[in-house]
Amino acid sequence: MSSHQQYIDLFNSQRALIDEHAAPVLNAQREAAAEVLQRVGLSRPKDYTHVDPEALLAADYSLNLSRYAVPTDHSDLFTCAVPELSTSVHYLVNEQLVSHSRESDDGVFSGSLREFALRYPEIAARYYNRLAMHDEAPYDVRTQGTNVTAHRPLGEAALNALLCQDGFVLYVPDGIVVERPIQLISLLRAVEDFMACQRILIILGEGAKASVLICDHASQLRDCALLSLQVAEIFCAPYSSLDFYELEEHHSDCRRLSSVYVEQQEGSNVSVGQYALTAGHTRNRVFIDLCGHDADTHLYGLCIADQNQEVDNITYIRHRAPKCHSDELFKYVLDDEARGSFVGRILVQEGADKTDAHQTDRNLILTPQCHIVARPELEIYADDVKCSHGASTGQLDPAALFYMRTRGIPEAEARLLLMFAFMGDVIDGIRIDPLKDRLKHLVEKRFRGELTQCRTCAIKK
Amino acid sequence: MNNGPSSEDVLKDLTSSEYKYGFTTDIETDIIPKGLNEDVVRLISAKKQEPDWMLQFRLDAYRYWRQQPVPQWGHVKVDPIDYDNISFYAAPRKKATVGDVDPEIIKTFDKLGIPLHERDMLLGKTSGAELSAVETSSTMAVDAIVDSASQKTTYRDKLAELGIIFCSFGEAVREYPDLVRKYLGKVVPVRDNYYSALNSAVFSDGSFVYIPKGVRCPMELASYFRINSSGTGQFERTLIIADEEAYVSYLEGCTAPMRDENQLHAAVVEIYVHERAEVKYSTVQNWYPGDKLGKGGVYNLVTKRALCAGDFSKVSWTQVETGSAITWKYPSCVLRGDNSQGEFYSVAVTNNYQEADTGTKMIHIGRNTRSRIISKGISAGHSQNSYRGMVKVLPGADGVRNYTQCDSLLLSKTCGAHTFPIMDIQNPTAIIEHEATTSKINEDQLFYCQQRGIKEEDAVSLIVGGYAKEVVQKLPMEFAVEAQKLLSLSIENSVG
Amino acid sequence: MSLLEIHNLHASAAGKEILRGIDLTINPGEVHAVMGPNGAGKSTLSAILTGNPQYEVTQGEILYKGRNLLEMKPEERAWEGLFLSFQYPVEIPGVSMVNFMRTAVNAQREYRGLPALTATEFLRMMREKRAVVQLDNKLANRSVNEGFSGGEKKRNEIFQMAMLEPTLSILDETDSGLDVDALRIVSEGVNRLKSAERSSIVITHYQKLLEYVQPQFVHIVYRGRIVKSGGPELGDRIFAEGFDWVKQEFEG
Repeated sequence: MSSHQQYIDLFNSQRALIDEHAAPVLNAQREAAAEVLQRVGLSRPKDYTHVDPEALLAADYSLNLSRYAVPTDHSDLFTCAVPELSTSVHYLVNEQLVSHSRESDDGVFSGSLREFALRYPEIAARYYNRLAMHDEAPYDVRTQGTNVTAHRPLGEAALNALLCQDGFVLYVPDGIVVERPIQLISLLRAVEDFMACQRILIILGEGAKASVLICDHASQLRDCALLSLQVAEIFCAPYSSLDFYELEEHHSDCRRLSSVYVEQQEGSNVSVGQYALTAGHTRNRVFIDLCGHDADTHLYGLCIADQNQEVDNITYIRHRAPKCHSDELFKYVLDDEARGSFVGRILVQEGADKTDAHQTDRNLILTPQCHIVARPELEIYADDVKCSHGASTGQLDPAALFYMRTRGIPEAEARLLLMFAFMGDVIDGIRIDPLKDRLKHLVEKRFRGELTQCRTCAIKK
Repeated sequence: MNNGPSSEDVLKDLTSSEYKYGFTTDIETDIIPKGLNEDVVRLISAKKQEPDWMLQFRLDAYRYWRQQPVPQWGHVKVDPIDYDNISFYAAPRKKATVGDVDPEIIKTFDKLGIPLHERDMLLGKTSGAELSAVETSSTMAVDAIVDSASQKTTYRDKLAELGIIFCSFGEAVREYPDLVRKYLGKVVPVRDNYYSALNSAVFSDGSFVYIPKGVRCPMELASYFRINSSGTGQFERTLIIADEEAYVSYLEGCTAPMRDENQLHAAVVEIYVHERAEVKYSTVQNWYPGDKLGKGGVYNLVTKRALCAGDFSKVSWTQVETGSAITWKYPSCVLRGDNSQGEFYSVAVTNNYQEADTGTKMIHIGRNTRSRIISKGISAGHSQNSYRGMVKVLPGADGVRNYTQCDSLLLSKTCGAHTFPIMDIQNPTAIIEHEATTSKINEDQLFYCQQRGIKEEDAVSLIVGGYAKEVVQKLPMEFAVEAQKLLSLSIENSVG
Repeated sequence: MSLLEIHNLHASAAGKEILRGIDLTINPGEVHAVMGPNGAGKSTLSAILTGNPQYEVTQGEILYKGRNLLEMKPEERAWEGLFLSFQYPVEIPGVSMVNFMRTAVNAQREYRGLPALTATEFLRMMREKRAVVQLDNKLANRSVNEGFSGGEKKRNEIFQMAMLEPTLSILDETDSGLDVDALRIVSEGVNRLKSAERSSIVITHYQKLLEYVQPQFVHIVYRGRIVKSGGPELGDRIFAEGFDWVKQEFEG
């Protein structure tokens, strides 16, 4: 039996329970989700990626369909490593928001998806699941089957829609600027194999502005596997501006299947960052649709992996309107037996003239047991464009290494400095300054093997 | 723009000559009934008087092919091929013995600019100005293949003095069975892919080259492929073996008549390179591309691969692809010997409704192996042009270097240009670099030319020529001239 | 005890023999000039002394402060006071000069059993030493050598020398590509670091630098060997007559 079948069976038998604890807007999507999941199944790691959602989801995870409150003590919750940010913090434990939703006088809502969907069903229905499951209109039938499953709805997104009961919403009305960054601390916490299905929904009105930082952590009290099945849908109305950064600090037993969908209207400006500091098995997908002219997008990612970790990043930026700009930069450092893949496609649709799109992927691999795959792709159907991609894999510059040693810097330290420098431009892309500084610090600690979650790892050879 | 009427006439002349190789030759042809089954495979083998091992090789391939699904990948739209509507063997009839060639065929090749008499000759005998530029051209030996059969191979005796074997594949099977048996299917196994299996079952002729130890082949070797008959496909097989410290430069050219139907060309080229040997393989592919509306044209679905088996061996692929309705080919290098090198230089031009999906694979197995990939795509009209490539570095391959540069030039709003590389790296000492750009023609350059009184069409042609130069100059000079002309012809009427 | 003793040193790079038996002794406080035509092996000598892994010693030995230098890692040699001013200083994008230098200085202090400098102490030291070579403050905040002009790179080398206070410094064509003012600044920097304990090897093609730093000994390297040694007058003769007479003498 395919892995997805057990979830469809579960849904069929537990439907009443699932619906009872969720908002009608979410429940309204489940039939369709079951149909899609049945049809497309879960992804397999073809196309030279490593993480196998079909295999990862075959395990018998427990779910919290009855929404039992997770026993938590806020004080024990967080030692999240991004303090001093003066953020508005929300806490998500497994897929439940344990902090209170907030609604400001000017109409900004941040908090539980369940609450939002109950309170504002029309708005929620307008956006929920619109990007994640319904992207079935490829621009050119010939491209079907040539690459990643980008043109089809994803089984993982459908599975999320099938079972999802809660998550996080940020709604910012037209013209409102949210000054303080919003931080969502998302913790996986269980004593047995557990799967969390959370949904993130971000809606920015015309000219609205916000920054969102999601910090993913995990805490296992026993030896068990934790899986995070997350879907984020982001809608940016004309001339809005959003920073959306995700910092993953999981550990080797964690699985993360994440899909981020962004729809940008004219003149909007978005910065997306995916930072895999410590991962177990992570498959991040980012889809960005530039639907209105003059939209601007920046996509950054870094991956530091060692031991037996594997990280796939699959990105897809579609230029569907003229005069849009996109910039993409991913960097990997792999040690021990780590595996990584970067699959990044830029598509320029017919009529998307004056497109300016650039993509870069740079990788360092440190041992003969590592495996890295890079697939940068350009697919272009318009003529007045400037597009480029570059990908490289190599080592630390031996001349720089020697130069540093002649100045008395020990070899190990010199390597560390160079690796840290290697990640510099990815971090510099972050538009929240304190986060930039913090991430620099974390990356350095990570390379030194000092992050709490991974005392044993040592990318510092 | 103020163009004199005379230059417009010239332009018209040029455009009306779109595909100048589109004629057919009226020769008596021995053609077998359409369709493919085991009996047809046996019939082809019998017609070629093959030994039993060759027949078994074919049957094995046929049985495998029949079970395989048609490959669906690639950024091309191949209409389903009706194998029951293709004749798998067609050969000019008047051919009694080797060297006794039908005068009509001699005329055909003369028209194509490929004389089959042994004398100094030139390809691209079309323009006086260019002729004088390359008059000092060297001698070239030619193997001329019409439909399924080789017609004549020139300079064989002279080459034989050096121990070089250059003959049709059919003769090689009869006269050098041990060599053929030793190398056939070693670089491209029968079961490599759908089309290689098909070719292995039904291939009818092709060229065979063996360069013995330490010999540098003194002249260019060329095969010239011509599809003539209607309702046929061409399935040629080329096998080149360069023994230790040998060198050869091999050229291949192709044309076909204009026909409304899609004709199938599914070739296999295998190159086996021993220690310190070097093979240069150049292609100017100009199969009939179909008409302006995309009707007709050759489906060019070929498998080309070289094995750098020995240390310090080297292979260089250069291709100029202007023809065919569909091109699906990836001349590749398996770099097994330590310090071996692979190169791939490609210009692919697509216009009207042509589709090209081409590129290379560089498989690094040996230590300190190097590869270099330069690909230039030029898309016009409603065409689709894709680079698809792979650079793979295996765990034991220390010290690998690869550099890849893929540029795409867009000449219309309705065409597509795509780049699909894969870099699969399992060794920490590899240095792999890939760069790709896609843009339209540089407007500053265009304006600069026009300001100097150069017509837009000519300016585009000039700029495209410059863009492709890095690849074209890798061709032997005789081919380079022809290739440059083909490029200009292929993009005609593509501006605006 | 001599500071440095080189005995019958043979070395190669990429399988090609470059040094074919160098003998050289340097005592504390001495300044030695090494001259010779291009490709003679001068830069190879500096690479061997500092432990560049691209070069291989095939024969001979080097004693530094009585220890076997060839057994020491490049960084250990630096801690023991060996410094090379690179002919072509390496650019290291993303690593700031401050971070680079602080790591280097503190590694040396750790080796010598000294506590690490605090940020304040370190910055004060940077400020003082920067003045020695008139290095702009903003350069210190950039990545190591990245985007520096040729002259700035050389001044940056001397600045690092001032920071690390070496016992034996090797200036490998530090004067090449410098204009007159920059040469003066660099030379003054070098002279300020002179003392009775410290020694230098100056590799150069030009007279000007030698006029500033005044070596007591001049050696001519040709085809991987020191073919002639002498006092300052040997340098003067080279500047007057070139190397041809040395080559003839050596070959004849």
